[in-house]
Amino acid sequence: MQNITATVVSNDEIADRIYMMKLDVGEFHVKTPGQFINIKLKTRFLRRPFSVCDQNGGVLSVVYREVGAGTRDMTRAKAGDCYDILAGLGNGFCLDNSGKRPLLIGGGVGAAPLLLLARRLAERGAEVAAVLGFNRKSDVILTDEFAKYCVRVAVTTADGSHGQKGLVTDALGGAECTYHYVCGPRAMMKAVAERLPGDGEYSLEERMGCGFGACLGCTCPTRGGHKRVCKEGPVLAKGEIIW
Amino acid sequence: MVDLGVELAGLRLDNPVIPSSGTFGYGEDYAGLYDLNILGSIALKGTTAEPRRGNPLPRIAECEGGMLNSIGLQNPGVDAVADELLPALKAHFNKKVIANACGFSTEEYVYVAKRFDACDNVGLIELNVSCPNVSGRSVGGDPNALFKLVSEVRKHVSKPLLIKLSPLAADLSEIAAAAIEGGADGFTLINSPTGMRIDPVRRSPVLANGRGGMSGKMVFPLALRAVYDVYSRFRVPVIGVGGISSAEDVVEMMLAGAAAVEVGAANLVDPFACKKIIESLGPTLERFGFSSAREVVGLAAQTSKT
Repeated sequence: MQNITATVVSNDEIADRIYMMKLDVGEFHVKTPGQFINIKLKTRFLRRPFSVCDQNGGVLSVVYREVGAGTRDMTRAKAGDCYDILAGLGNGFCLDNSGKRPLLIGGGVGAAPLLLLARRLAERGAEVAAVLGFNRKSDVILTDEFAKYCVRVAVTTADGSHGQKGLVTDALGGAECTYHYVCGPRAMMKAVAERLPGDGEYSLEERMGCGFGACLGCTCPTRGGHKRVCKEGPVLAKGEIIW
Repeated sequence: MVDLGVELAGLRLDNPVIPSSGTFGYGEDYAGLYDLNILGSIALKGTTAEPRRGNPLPRIAECEGGMLNSIGLQNPGVDAVADELLPALKAHFNKKVIANACGFSTEEYVYVAKRFDACDNVGLIELNVSCPNVSGRSVGGDPNALFKLVSEVRKHVSKPLLIKLSPLAADLSEIAAAAIEGGADGFTLINSPTGMRIDPVRRSPVLANGRGGMSGKMVFPLALRAVYDVYSRFRVPVIGVGGISSAEDVVEMMLAGAAAVEVGAANLVDPFACKKIIESLGPTLERFGFSSAREVVGLAAQTSKT
């Protein structure tokens, strides 16, 4: 964990009420995709955790949906504004497990941390495929970015307004993969876990207090004992998760 | 140079700043961040006889100026703490710690306190009779029950015994008097008072357990008042805790009568909070005209006993 003063480079609405914030973090390097940062907002008591979406040099990006007072404050951030952040939190995905043809499955803003994963897996020579699911066309994010690193990107929308009509589980057919990585709403991840054979890793989300393991606010039961989502997670192996 | 040393129930501390129980685990998550030996002491996570899983999620909610938690005393049990975690902590912290003993029966309190009393790096025992997040009536709200409990624990414990109380008692003085009569050396004030948030979308409480303990800046005046009342009346050692996030807060708390302070929720927001407070405490005391921390204790407390 590192405590950094990060400077906002840009903060753009990339879909309906969904924003990408790029932050200059200097020398900090995201060790593992799936790790998160915890942002201190001046107007809120607790920090706000966000998985890292991508990193280019000293600039990393996070994607967030405007859902409450904290994220509403974030939408007002301008280039040059500074945030106190804790970076390098959580375990992240295990890239060594991917095999030759990993499949990445993202739901909504849950697609974000899979982008850095796709990039790092592609850099290692894996043939990465992605299935990204959204509610409607106005929610669709990052598909062009995924296309840069993936041999195949399938996009679904629940209402059929973009890509294939249906859920991500409707687009898994014939997806022959060596391993899978999933991030999205819990119900979606559960459906994927039930549908998709083979091993994989899932990034969980829980309300957190500190984000670095001290408060035990996000401890959840798993088949491997109780784990702190912020510290032993947020990424858990498929076999560990109790849905 | 301002002398930051204080004395707490016979225990000498290099400075009055202590991370509070439940916000610092058993030290392990902070050990890599800074040299823990700069701390006055460390108050360990509340510990029961048996391991406890704690409450269902969500356990955390937020409010203006603070947060609510309903962890529910998740801990590995006193045997694991005494046999493994306390010895392991010595590698990172070479001073005495404050153990926080919890229980659901007199026997359990006695067992936990006895085990801690036998640990060489425990300097003081906090008896937690006011956890906001476990079911059952809190013994800390009943003077007679508290007197009996403290008397029983006292028989088995030779280390200083501080009782951690909730500020919500109708008559805190009556509760405190019962604890002192039972043999308590002093108090930790306050445990987090219970509160609630409701999610209007789900039309139900945010916390799975409904209620949670409130902490953070907004409880500071409540904690300060409790310390002031109890210290003014009894002049016993008090650890002030609740909403402290700056050296100025430490000075206020000590003026009210706190011999030392615990920093809680501030650690969760800024893991370096205690370090920063300790570093600015000397200059802050100097600014208010003090040459030592210990001379501050109780200067603002009421002089006449009522």
